[in-house]
Amino acid sequence: MKIAVLVKQVIGSESALEISEDNAWVKEENASFVMNPPDNYAIEEGLLIREKIGEGEVVLVSQGPIRVQKVIREGLAKGADRGIHIEESGQIETDPLSIAKSIVAAIKDENFDLIFSGLQSDDMGMGQTGILVGELLGMTTATLAIETEIDKEKIRVKRELESGWFQWVTLQTPSSVSIQSGINQPRYPSLRGIMGAKKKEIKVFQSQNAEKKQSLDKVFIPQTSKETEIIDTDLNSAVDRIVEILKSEVKVF
Amino acid sequence: MNILVIIEDSRGSMHRMSKEAIVAAQKIGGNITALVIGDNADAISEELSSIDIERTLVVKHDLVSSYNSDGYAEVVTQVIKSMNPSTIIIGHTYQTRDFMPRVSAKLDIPFIPDIVGLEQDYYIKQVLNSKLNASISSSADMKILSFQSACFSEEDMASGSSGSENIDVNPDSSLVRSSSEEPFQESAPEVDLESAELIVSVGRGIEKEENIPIAFDLASALGAEVSASRPVVDAGWMPSFRQVGSSGSTVSPKLYFSLGISGAIQHVVGMKGSKNILAINKDPDAPIFEIADYAVVGDVLEIVPKLIETLENP
Repeated sequence: MKIAVLVKQVIGSESALEISEDNAWVKEENASFVMNPPDNYAIEEGLLIREKIGEGEVVLVSQGPIRVQKVIREGLAKGADRGIHIEESGQIETDPLSIAKSIVAAIKDENFDLIFSGLQSDDMGMGQTGILVGELLGMTTATLAIETEIDKEKIRVKRELESGWFQWVTLQTPSSVSIQSGINQPRYPSLRGIMGAKKKEIKVFQSQNAEKKQSLDKVFIPQTSKETEIIDTDLNSAVDRIVEILKSEVKVF
Repeated sequence: MNILVIIEDSRGSMHRMSKEAIVAAQKIGGNITALVIGDNADAISEELSSIDIERTLVVKHDLVSSYNSDGYAEVVTQVIKSMNPSTIIIGHTYQTRDFMPRVSAKLDIPFIPDIVGLEQDYYIKQVLNSKLNASISSSADMKILSFQSACFSEEDMASGSSGSENIDVNPDSSLVRSSSEEPFQESAPEVDLESAELIVSVGRGIEKEENIPIAFDLASALGAEVSASRPVVDAGWMPSFRQVGSSGSTVSPKLYFSLGISGAIQHVVGMKGSKNILAINKDPDAPIFEIADYAVVGDVLEIVPKLIETLENP
């Protein structure tokens, strides 16, 4: 079984965010980068299936500038077999359809049985790249998987619906499935894994310049519609103020 | 301008976010067509008949009698091709996320998801863990827009009268390569968060499972119910019926007292309708503070025990 996992490198949630002079994005030189957190679950699900079946390979696929090879190495250290890096040399692409076409161009001859992706990225949050790739490759698709079962040419997926509801769907493979956080407990790389990852292959492709269907023009700090009272005082005054709010303003008692 | 609004069937009636999608279409302005698919289409078109739209199109076909990604992606694509709208509008629900990217790929048109606001020709979307907003634009002749929960209010829906007509589709049965079982709930909820007046809600800032009783102690001092954000449920510290957010309950209590919740979009969509939001968080830049009425910067583990002590010994 050949499994591709689409991974993305994103700015970490603890990172400083400073908007760049042209307002087009944040200053990347001051940012710290991490593996998109939901993608850790997608990698783990791929590794678990490979281990359960006892054969096959897990291939990590990532698009972005050269720095994204760091997250590919991280996944290789956890046990993935090899990597595919789709290199962007110019501006960072944010159009999901354009990214999906680049990924398809790089992986179409691999004939993957499964493509896993995290449910969405922490940076752009478009939540569609894995499904776009699946559709462009003529695969079946499912989203927000919270459990998977492999059965020969089929994958059974427990999908999360809204408000505490779930649904099982059975897909004929090849399939592209987006993975919900919490489906498993992602492993940490072992020291041996980290050493071994250095020898694993990362194949580099250039990204395609497909016609842009949508573009990010600028970023800005959200204007709050609410008047927020900020209570940033010592412990005793903060507690006194909260008690006063509960009693006189919200009238809890 | 022709707008197509795709309506979601929520167990026999129109999904709350489909109503908000109609309001979005009414604000954008144009000839609005609603599309209803499946076995419950008649009941839902009845709901649509008293809304100010042009018409409702009804699709009834064995392959889409209930929701499935293969069938929906194909049928919606066929309807779009036949009516050629410039804008396709839908609520940003889990179902939308499941099939809409496929429509985007089939038609080679952009899908701009999870929009929180409109500004002239720009679509506003939250980025970077909701810490910043981004303006997205598209020069495509046809585009798909999905709107975040509560971006528009169904109370603003203009009423009117409209008729419905059936539309024929011809999906090839070989396209459906998946089968869906009946939706189900994991465990019966023990609390009714959606009608709770007061809620104390716990996030990752509680740090460890042993600290969870602090939230229950505060809740009992206030007479409140206890809820949680997704990471706390994922960690197994709280049962899933206590989860608030896109995959849990949507709540609107008089007071939402949030303890160490950062305020990711997935959580905020489930509680931003609360009348009063009091949030405690160590991080002064936590996104929860943007929607809070009272933003207490500090450590939950110091403030809450002291608060309980003060409430119990006035």
